[in-house]
Amino acid sequence: MKRIYMDYQAGSPVDPRVVEAMAPYFGAAFGNPSSTHVFGQEAKAAVEEARAKIASMIGAERKEDIVFTSGGTESNNLALVGAAQRNKEKGNAIVSSSIEHISILNICKYLSRLGFETRQIPVDNQGLVDPITIERMITDKTILVSVMYANGEIGTIEPIADIGRITHAHGALFHVDAVAAAGRVPIDVGKENIDLLSLSSNDIYGPKGVGALYVRKEARIRPIIMGGGQERGLRSGTENVPGIVGMGKAAEIAVQEMSNESAQLARLRDKLRTKIPEHIPHSYVNGHPTRRLPNNLSVRFSYIEGESLVLSLDMEGIAVSSGSACSSKTLELSHVLRAIGLKHEEAHGSLLFSLGRWNTEEEVDEVLRLLPEIVRRLRRMSPLTPKELQV
Amino acid sequence: MDHFRNPRNVGEIPDADGVGTVGNPVCGDMMTIYIKVKDDKIADIKFKTFGCGAAVATSSMVTELAKGRTLEEAMKITRADVAQELGGLPPIKMHCSNLAADALHSAIEDYKKKEK
Repeated sequence: MKRIYMDYQAGSPVDPRVVEAMAPYFGAAFGNPSSTHVFGQEAKAAVEEARAKIASMIGAERKEDIVFTSGGTESNNLALVGAAQRNKEKGNAIVSSSIEHISILNICKYLSRLGFETRQIPVDNQGLVDPITIERMITDKTILVSVMYANGEIGTIEPIADIGRITHAHGALFHVDAVAAAGRVPIDVGKENIDLLSLSSNDIYGPKGVGALYVRKEARIRPIIMGGGQERGLRSGTENVPGIVGMGKAAEIAVQEMSNESAQLARLRDKLRTKIPEHIPHSYVNGHPTRRLPNNLSVRFSYIEGESLVLSLDMEGIAVSSGSACSSKTLELSHVLRAIGLKHEEAHGSLLFSLGRWNTEEEVDEVLRLLPEIVRRLRRMSPLTPKELQV
Repeated sequence: MDHFRNPRNVGEIPDADGVGTVGNPVCGDMMTIYIKVKDDKIADIKFKTFGCGAAVATSSMVTELAKGRTLEEAMKITRADVAQELGGLPPIKMHCSNLAADALHSAIEDYKKKEK
């Protein structure tokens, strides 16, 4: 049975070209970048080269503005906690959105226990953040606004440049979680008024366990990991040289191939997006119709539940994920699907396809071939299915 | 997984003697069990489920366990029995087996009420 992977947002293979670029740094060039001798210096050179490639991917003027971390979650922690702690003399209010990644939401909960005032503004039913609403929420106590570049579950791309402009007009810092967007859509931290930007290596086909935080030179934050002072004091710890080299190579590939790859993935995504509602009654696409990431599609199916859908597809060798409560570790419904106004029973019946570099049209066709009967089978079993759908 | 792949006794009984529904779509799990009773035994039993893999499997299993039993025996079937017959369930899924046993008991209660 052929295995088809359509859950790239959860985890992605490392591009073989990235593995090749990383290999020397496990054995031959294993030095510590902080060492004075040649072993150290060659490792340091490799780290700096990677740093420049990542800066280039996001339009950052200075490569020194890139700080390496252990991944997107750590970058989010460093951005929010670091900015909050450094700027708390100026104010204590933080504004974010209701569809942020769970790390942002939980970091905000942590910060509010420390005495900061954190607010999540609602989104519309397509997942869009309204810059006017942000403006209304900002007070003279606001020190930080955090809004994701695009949502990895429903795909909606936010009006980042506008939100950034408004944030700056009120003297606050602007953080953007770009984990889902990097490598898929072009990002320019200068033009889009971004002070802090979170990136994850695995999401651009680099190795897991590495990420980065862009910190504009004028944006002041504190470190959250203390130690020997690496990364300009912002992230101590001996650098994960192979991982960083890998992330750099992944960023280089992304810059070169993003435009073609995103067009191709959008084609595949659109085939799913149009054919699924065509072949399966009572199925609906979640998120914005046009302002969306090229590679992802969240669809909901009435009368059936997501985890049983995921299991059924898994039995046919197809890997996807769902926003249903039963499919989550915490047994909680996807907060993103709830935030766009879906009723519980609608959100439970959702499926998330996130496509990536190695998906093919044949795979999309196979999914389209198998999905209708899977949905019919589950609908036959469900007490909610109306008589006319009971085939 | 077998009970998820090939669930037994899926369906409705239009002239059922007892019907029990537990859970609700808001929670993400809902089961309805239909029974036909003859000579104080469960002559036929069917289920419909809106829910995750474990919900489907536990519903299927509870109908297998209950079919042909006396009402008294069926009332004694517990969530633990269902989980055990399936070869164990991960702790996070135990609540699904609760629903299955509860739906069965609810159907039997419904029958008893109708009998009065």
